[in-house]
Amino acid sequence: MLLSYLPILILVLLAAGFALATLFLSSALGPRRPSKDKLSTYECGIDPVGSARERFSVKFYLVAMLFIIFDIEIVFLYPWAVILNSLGLFGLVEMFFFLGILLIGLLYVWKKGGLEWTT
Amino acid sequence: MEWLLFVPLAALALGTAAFVILLRNPIYCALALVGTFFALSGLYLLLQAEFVAVVQVIIYAGAIMVLFLFVIMLLDVGHEPPPWLRRDRPRLLLGLGLVALLVLELAVAIGSWIAPGIRGPYTSDYVNAVGNTQLIGRLLFTEFLIPFEITSIILLIAIVGAMVLARRQ
Repeated sequence: MLLSYLPILILVLLAAGFALATLFLSSALGPRRPSKDKLSTYECGIDPVGSARERFSVKFYLVAMLFIIFDIEIVFLYPWAVILNSLGLFGLVEMFFFLGILLIGLLYVWKKGGLEWTT
Repeated sequence: MEWLLFVPLAALALGTAAFVILLRNPIYCALALVGTFFALSGLYLLLQAEFVAVVQVIIYAGAIMVLFLFVIMLLDVGHEPPPWLRRDRPRLLLGLGLVALLVLELAVAIGSWIAPGIRGPYTSDYVNAVGNTQLIGRLLFTEFLIPFEITSIILLIAIVGAMVLARRQ
């Protein structure tokens, strides 16, 4: 069973190795001629505006929380989809019940304007 | 063969977990925690719990880390020195005491009958024969149907709670 995960291990090792090798090589081979502009924070070419360490809006928290909740929902869908054939109609109904309750939550957030970014 | 994978994964889990506590910038701590989650996922694979391993990455390394990062940014923490530089003697003693207690507990648990576990009906041969995800699905949607449906209500409460908290200002 573990053998089927060998490609993933190879991919992870290659990706980590490439990232580390690139960092090491650029610091070992690259010339260092610092100037004021080069050392400043890169913000898409514009002069940096203030510090990045500031408080973020609470809206991000709501987005993250909703992401977790619907992520968990998807995780439940996966084992359900795998055995749906043997569960039959009963399985269909119980999953729609589950999804229905979460749909109420989604509609609640929608109605309350939780999905609006500008308000 | 298993040791060859277990030892690096366990070392990675412990090492990244140490970074979570020791690094000063909470964003770096969160990134180190992602490393811990991936190492744990590998350990779950070694235990032949494939579904749990994948869920570990999707939920913990994915969703929960996003929430942690947003909360760190929301609270704007990270300007104060870490606890072990604050020379806070009562807290240091409390921490050391708790560590000693934990080590003692672990020693007792490993020394007694608890650690080898009790053999249940679902041996790894049986699980592999049926299929890991299939077995979880079958149990979840028949035997543990009520807990599964209650999960949806808990998630609904979480949605409402997050909404109320975020919109209160």
